[in-house]
Amino acid sequence: MASELIRIRAMVWKDLTAERRTKANFNAVAFLAGAILLLFGFALGPDAAALEAAAGGMIWLTVLFSGVLSFNRSYEKELEGGALEALLLYPGDRRSIYLGKLIANFAFVLLVEAILLPAAAVLYDLPLHTMVLPLAGVLLLGTFGFVTLGTFYAAMASRLRAREVLLPLLLFPMLIPLLVACVEATQAIIDQDAMGFAGSWMKLLVVFDVVFFVAAYFAFDYVIEA
Amino acid sequence: MPHSMLGVSLAPPRWVRILGWFALLFLAVSQVTGFMISAPDRDMGTLQKIMYVHVPAAWTAFLAFTYVFGTSVAYLWKRDLKYDLLAAAAAETGVVLTGLTLALGSIWGRPTWGVWWTWDPRLTTTAILFMIFAGYLALRSFVEDDEQRARWSAAVGILGFINVPIVYFSVQWWRTIHQVQSTPATVDPLYKLGLRLNAFAFLFLMIFFIALRYHAARLERAAEARREEDALTEGTIHV
Repeated sequence: MASELIRIRAMVWKDLTAERRTKANFNAVAFLAGAILLLFGFALGPDAAALEAAAGGMIWLTVLFSGVLSFNRSYEKELEGGALEALLLYPGDRRSIYLGKLIANFAFVLLVEAILLPAAAVLYDLPLHTMVLPLAGVLLLGTFGFVTLGTFYAAMASRLRAREVLLPLLLFPMLIPLLVACVEATQAIIDQDAMGFAGSWMKLLVVFDVVFFVAAYFAFDYVIEA
Repeated sequence: MPHSMLGVSLAPPRWVRILGWFALLFLAVSQVTGFMISAPDRDMGTLQKIMYVHVPAAWTAFLAFTYVFGTSVAYLWKRDLKYDLLAAAAAETGVVLTGLTLALGSIWGRPTWGVWWTWDPRLTTTAILFMIFAGYLALRSFVEDDEQRARWSAAVGILGFINVPIVYFSVQWWRTIHQVQSTPATVDPLYKLGLRLNAFAFLFLMIFFIALRYHAARLERAAEARREEDALTEGTIHV
């Protein structure tokens, strides 16, 4: 168990260090997220009430569209120079590769969100600073489910010619329950949540996260096998 | 190419051919029965007859995806490519049947509800299932290696199927404007007979489609192996 933790930590450290030393990928994804937020604003027009009513949906679609770009990359790094084969040859459970990449991607997407949310607050005129705590809960649960499946499907898609279209095609239909729950919870929080809806949607997120974390964790062995 | 060279008979097995004709005949009889024995619906008129295709198609599509789940688990367990080909055949059949369900539901919904599409849980779940298994088929077409394709699509098939109740529950919670679910218990006995007959007709059709598609997949594999063999022998002659 302890050796597993060391392996996972090494994977996380490796991925995040590679990310930190280039920064190019993170910067590009963060700027893209900002651009998507702007595009939604233009698509909906400058009406402040309309923007606020749709803010939950726009924020989460931005997370999905920008975050999905990071998953394939997290494996493409391994494909160069046959690094993946070497990783697979190391002794120990291969699921630590999954857990390591999952945690690194989780950190990556959370960081993008840390930039995206203040930008959304400014662009859509949302008082997000007054609702940090409940919002953080939704973000953590929603992002975890997103990254759990994203890291899993990218293990396959990243090794194929059509990776750019195949990953979203496989991933997005699977994420619909998560998207619904995240958008509803976020919107409820933005609307002051008089009915207490956010809590029930967060319970659904917990179920989604647990079910797919367990399923992906056990299925990963079959997927990563060369 | 004569069938002996492939090692697989070109024609589908006898029972599949018989089942095909039987299913077609059964479907014709069931459809005619559906139209003849029950009067047009009081409110919907003959529009109601869409039910005899729409509902059985939806039921059997769901059965087909359940079969994908079962054969995917069986593949990961036994590592026999037979299960993978069966899962693929069932996924294709399921996608066709969900497509049919959605198209007919839309045609029925337009005059009945006044819209081509509503965000009803069952309708939406069907559409999402359609997308998930269309993705499954797309993935299959991009993987070259048989073993890898089998393992990957088994994983995708299993996760996709697990998602069905979660999708359904979340959409139901999100919005529900659908009428009370039609089961044989809530409809008139005459409609019930028509519905049951057609459900069996679609079941036979589904089994026939899966068996036929499975046979075609085996032929493709045999032809592929044969081509590789030919290419190798040609190579040695020139050396």
